[in-house]
Amino acid sequence: MSMATATIQTVERENYLNKEYGVGSWLFTTDHKRIALLYLISITFFFFIGGFFALLIRLELLTPAGDLVQADTYNKLFTMHGMVMVFFFLIPSIPAVLGNFLVPMMIGAKDLAFPRINLLSWYLYIIGGVMMMHCVLTGGVDTGWTFYTPFSTAFTNTKIVEAGLSIFVAGFSSILTGLNFVVTIHRMRAPGMTWSRLPLFIWAHYATSIIQILGTPVIAITIVLVAVERTLHLGIFDPKLGGDPLLFQHLFWFYSHPAVYIMILPSMGVVTEIIACFARKRIFGYSFVAFSSIAIAVFGFLVWAHHMFVAGISLYSALIFSLLSYAVAVPSAVKVFNWTATLYKGSIHYDAPMLYAFGFIGLFTMGGLTGLFLAALGIDVHVTDTYFVIAHFHYIMVGGALMGYLGGLHFWWPKISGRLYPESWARLAALIVFLGFNLTFFPQFVLGYLGMPRRYFHYPQEFQVLNVLSTAGATVLGVGYLLPMIYFLWSMRYGKPAPDNPWNAAGLEWMTSSPPTTFNFETEPVVTWEAYNYDELDKPRREEVKVVG
Amino acid sequence: MYFSVWAALLLGTFITYKAAYIELGRFNAAVALIIATVKALLVALFFMHIKGAHEKLLKLVVISTVFFLFILLFLSMADYGTRSWS
Amino acid sequence: MSDSTLIGLHHQEEHHPELLHHFAEAQQQRDAASLGMWIFLGTEVMFFGGLFCAYLIYRRAYFGDFGAASKSINATLGATNTAVLICSSLTVVLAVWAAQTARRSLLLISLVITMLLGLVFLGIKADEYKDKFEEHHVPGASFSFDHVPIPGHPDQYANPRHAEIFFALYFIMTGLHALHMIIGLGLFAWLLFMAWKGHFTPEYHTPIEIGGLYWHFVDIVWIYLFPLLYLIDRHP
Repeated sequence: MSMATATIQTVERENYLNKEYGVGSWLFTTDHKRIALLYLISITFFFFIGGFFALLIRLELLTPAGDLVQADTYNKLFTMHGMVMVFFFLIPSIPAVLGNFLVPMMIGAKDLAFPRINLLSWYLYIIGGVMMMHCVLTGGVDTGWTFYTPFSTAFTNTKIVEAGLSIFVAGFSSILTGLNFVVTIHRMRAPGMTWSRLPLFIWAHYATSIIQILGTPVIAITIVLVAVERTLHLGIFDPKLGGDPLLFQHLFWFYSHPAVYIMILPSMGVVTEIIACFARKRIFGYSFVAFSSIAIAVFGFLVWAHHMFVAGISLYSALIFSLLSYAVAVPSAVKVFNWTATLYKGSIHYDAPMLYAFGFIGLFTMGGLTGLFLAALGIDVHVTDTYFVIAHFHYIMVGGALMGYLGGLHFWWPKISGRLYPESWARLAALIVFLGFNLTFFPQFVLGYLGMPRRYFHYPQEFQVLNVLSTAGATVLGVGYLLPMIYFLWSMRYGKPAPDNPWNAAGLEWMTSSPPTTFNFETEPVVTWEAYNYDELDKPRREEVKVVG
Repeated sequence: MYFSVWAALLLGTFITYKAAYIELGRFNAAVALIIATVKALLVALFFMHIKGAHEKLLKLVVISTVFFLFILLFLSMADYGTRSWS
Repeated sequence: MSDSTLIGLHHQEEHHPELLHHFAEAQQQRDAASLGMWIFLGTEVMFFGGLFCAYLIYRRAYFGDFGAASKSINATLGATNTAVLICSSLTVVLAVWAAQTARRSLLLISLVITMLLGLVFLGIKADEYKDKFEEHHVPGASFSFDHVPIPGHPDQYANPRHAEIFFALYFIMTGLHALHMIIGLGLFAWLLFMAWKGHFTPEYHTPIEIGGLYWHFVDIVWIYLFPLLYLIDRHP
């Protein structure tokens, strides 16, 4: 319940941040909002670790010769970059930070269904993270983040078992978060909050949670098999002993493909919320967007062997998986059409979150379309295991998921921290990120098409210009990422106190104070309106939207 | 009522055991798996109370899980089963 | 955390001490716990599912060798164990019914018998493992499986490397199952303790219900493991 002219309080109201002080009140909290902040700090740490490895990779690739690091070290660099970024940054990011913070508030609940399991999730993540850091600091792993057998089980001398177990533990963190969200969304919605009134952010997280619940256990058991095989010298995946290396790949990709949808679906949910708010319009085709999230989750489980087209699977199964991979692009395209239609005749505002959302739409579309190139068997034979694939997934993971994450952080920052971030700096940072990103990864599409293989640290002289452009872009991108870290921290101390609803956005979370109290709502809200009721919110006669209860 | 389910389960186990020793060719595995599935259904429906559940949600959870398990099993078989074709 | 003065509960009756603050009413909490356990069981199905996938593929590929290996494990003990678990599932539903109808002695006895049957299962399993160890069928450095004929083809010997894959899967699958049994025993020990303290009433016995769900799931996994592992090719 806010008005743009709310007086700025000089005495701070009690909220979830100042309710209790002390390390214990944070480490033993069951408040979903505090847990979200604990995650925010931890995943930012791992983002820097993963980014550090990326920096070293790009530095090595400035020159055609392998001259900065040795070959084995380079193998470790791209492996650790991938493992840390995938398992300790991208997979948790939006669900663990924004999802944890917002899911209960968006549905009108006081907390998630299982607050203590939520805290357990964070502890599991930290334990997995500590194990991974120990692995990194004591030599790391050199198999690629995909740890294919039999190299990972029978030949490499690096710490596969330790790295695998760290991912196993972090995987359970992911499973428990997903479980918590599904139960919460089913059981804890406020009166009147029907499924068709839910924010699409919730639908996106519901779909993500399904994938987390059903997919993660498969990679968990795969890691167990790899660890057992490696320790006891078994032959489950070793061809010399009668095993099939492709069995590993089937089991690995059965999770790891849906995993990429874990990374992108929440980001799509964020973008939907931002676009509705900054175009001041209801989302076009609400049901289509909602069901496309579920469709992506379901179809995402049917396509995994498109990572194995050249690995030795039968041609007939390759055809099936190629066809299914085309099918999975459809629901994603549906979303892009719906966002575009929402923007049409909307009242567009170019605040920082919206800039990130725009970046998302363009870059995700490019990444997604190049995925279709890869789904075509003929093209895939040519560009698989080249920089084309790397560019493809970075467009989606960085240009898509990460931009959505940043946009969401900006959008909900006033709610989370009670402070406004500096808007001009934020817009500047968004532009720097966008430019840096394209400079980094567009050349990689060209490099891949020209034939530069991935995971190689030396390359023919004629590829140097593109590699230098890419590294230059990476530096710009790094600056773009540092800026928000700095001004978000700055704003916690010096930022203007935020009103309850600075964007005049729709959604139950905006009807709490900024920052919210520990139990979010003083009285349980009763929902009588549809989602994205911007036409009501923007009525000239400013009628306060009251929470009835 | 629980006792009849229990008796049926024990009977199913006995039949599975005995049938394994009869030559049925390819149907040995099928018979064993069908009986196992019946037993699993009995446990799930009656012991785990899915039968009396007032919401369809629990049935949906079980069916989706089994569906995705089948995807894992049978789409992998799509590869292994057709490798000899080319 | 349990600062109930901040909560605008509309109910006039005093709420059950077990009702957690973020739930509006007891039924909601029960429904949440039940759904949560079912979803967790879903993850367990996929967890074991990966192993079933590996098993299925190798059984198709190496049917004869797997048949030979399977014949060397004791089907009678396997069937007995299946019966043991089925009986324990019965005692579990009796425990739940006892909690629902406030029959304290039956509840305690059922829980105890469930745990005893679980221990019997583990004991038989340990005995089987011991046999395998003595026969050098445990995968690893001391594995040997020479000159074992393939069922139905007495002139052909099973490939030891393929048999080793069977035993690897056998130990991993039954081992993982046994681990889940041990966890189940721990869970039931805790339930027994709480029941003995009088913690459960007809209004509140959710832990027993969801503990029961877990136990039944472990039973179902074994219902599939038994025919798949023990009864591949017994008839010749």
